[in-house]
Amino acid sequence: MSEVRETTFTREELERVGIEPQGYGRCGTFIQEDERVVACGVHQPGVDLLPTRKALENLEGARDYLWSALEEDPELGEFHNGYFIRAQRDVKPLFPVQSCLYMGREGIKQHVHNIVVVEEGADLHVLTGCTSGTRRGTHVGISEFYVKKGGRLHFTMIHVWGSDVETMPRTGVIVEEGGVFISDYICMHPGKRIKMYPTAYLRGPGATARFHSVLVAVPGSYMDVGSRVYLQATETRAEIISRAVSMGGTVMARGHLIGEKPHIKAHLECRGLLLKEGGMIHAIPELEGKAVELEMTHEAAVGKIAREEVEYLMARGLSEEEATAAIVRGFLNVDIMGLPDALKRELDAIIKQSDQESL
Amino acid sequence: MLRVKGLRVEVEGHEVLHGIGMHLPVGEVHALLGPNGSGKTTLIMAIMGFERYKVTRGHILFKGEDVTHLPLYERARRGMGLAFQRPPVVRGVKTRQLVEMCAGVEDVDVDAIARELHCEEFLDRDVNLGFSGGEIKRSELVQLTAQDPDLVLLDEPESGVDLENVALLGSAINRLLERELEPKRDESLKERKIKRRKSALVITHTGHILDYVVADRGHVLMDGHIVCSGNPKEILRTVEKFGYEECARCLR
Repeated sequence: MSEVRETTFTREELERVGIEPQGYGRCGTFIQEDERVVACGVHQPGVDLLPTRKALENLEGARDYLWSALEEDPELGEFHNGYFIRAQRDVKPLFPVQSCLYMGREGIKQHVHNIVVVEEGADLHVLTGCTSGTRRGTHVGISEFYVKKGGRLHFTMIHVWGSDVETMPRTGVIVEEGGVFISDYICMHPGKRIKMYPTAYLRGPGATARFHSVLVAVPGSYMDVGSRVYLQATETRAEIISRAVSMGGTVMARGHLIGEKPHIKAHLECRGLLLKEGGMIHAIPELEGKAVELEMTHEAAVGKIAREEVEYLMARGLSEEEATAAIVRGFLNVDIMGLPDALKRELDAIIKQSDQESL
Repeated sequence: MLRVKGLRVEVEGHEVLHGIGMHLPVGEVHALLGPNGSGKTTLIMAIMGFERYKVTRGHILFKGEDVTHLPLYERARRGMGLAFQRPPVVRGVKTRQLVEMCAGVEDVDVDAIARELHCEEFLDRDVNLGFSGGEIKRSELVQLTAQDPDLVLLDEPESGVDLENVALLGSAINRLLERELEPKRDESLKERKIKRRKSALVITHTGHILDYVVADRGHVLMDGHIVCSGNPKEILRTVEKFGYEECARCLR
């Protein structure tokens, strides 16, 4: 990690969003606090990591990726950096690149523009943690991802926000022939309001996109989270899986699949679990088929935790609280998603709290 | 081990058991027989303490302690264990994790237990998801083995299982009940049997499992009453010959 300047965040705050403070097990690190880039370094040949402004000025071809996966919105105004990451042709780093966008000033509006390019045959994992030390603030993260022919991008994002933070990310993804895009999104501290609808365009035959999100809505929070995939070439595949738990907050769980060419396959799954009174989960799965010979399916279920499952585990000696926590962890697929340990403990604490309140 | 006195149990507002009395001494295995709908499952679910099965009168004494109003998990922690007939699917929870949870603070070799019951391949599958009838039975026994209860409640352990696997289940149950004993140099088989502490109550419809697990006593349940207690083989022979209608005559 280079260029570390004075910052206000703590080690624990970084770890909560999956950022390894020393950069162990990572091939690069980018940290931005408010408008300032405080760390930006990579030690993997063939991977470029720069603040976006710098990349656009100095890196050849970088400008081609600005507003190509998303429609430009002049109303957003000037952005303050964000990261530009590029994995060059056939480069497959063993470790992920980590990036953290941190809001440290009370009431700040952090506006960043991120670009990730995975060249032909390259394979990259990007771990992003966005968090705030403040109670109030607005986070606008514009992200454009490009996966070239036969490339693979795994993008993991964890959000941990202060109670009055509002978040409005916009994400556009373009996947070319045979490319794979995987998004894992985890948000257990949504702040006041979060609204996002990342959209992937599968442009080349055989391209794949998979969105997986884990959402926990605490009281007072409003989460409007969906994923959309346009299947624009034959033999493309898409999967959207969303797991939402309401502890009293509101979740709009959306998903939209648009099949435009024959021989595509797409599946959408929204499952919601209501753990406390006062919460709401609204699952809105949408399927649009525009060609013959395509296969698109969806599954949606919203309900409370099954008493039968709780008692099954209780018969094995688990207390009601332990049984509930195990079921919720399983429901959210926490282990598969690679949740940081600190967040796992917090999830248990949140469930415990909701149990006590409902007694 | 277990004593049930004047137990009346309601399920969704309807009384299913109308005053059950039963005594299961330490180290014994009792079979619970009776036609479908006679209340066998209700009895063991009430003994274990499931919410749906409401005890309106009577008592359940376990190891001398009145557990009638103890929550389910407290009974489990005191040494009761139940193999479910139709357990629910628990998505996202792996069978391996559940078996580890069953063991509580004890350290168990999950793989070794699973190997004995030919279950290694589904340790890393979601609990009961897509399991066949036989796989469910084996998975339940793996969990119970890790839990190691003193009182084992088995709800039709052989239903939906082919004969070869009934033998496999039978020997797992016998191990669980410390019944696969061999004489030792300094201890006769009889002496070892006397020291046996594990007890079981086994629901069986067909009686097949009793070919492998020797029951000391059998009870026939009809319409929520125990109408007969005695030698389980003799009862089964009577039922095979004359059906449960003959048992019903004892109800009048």
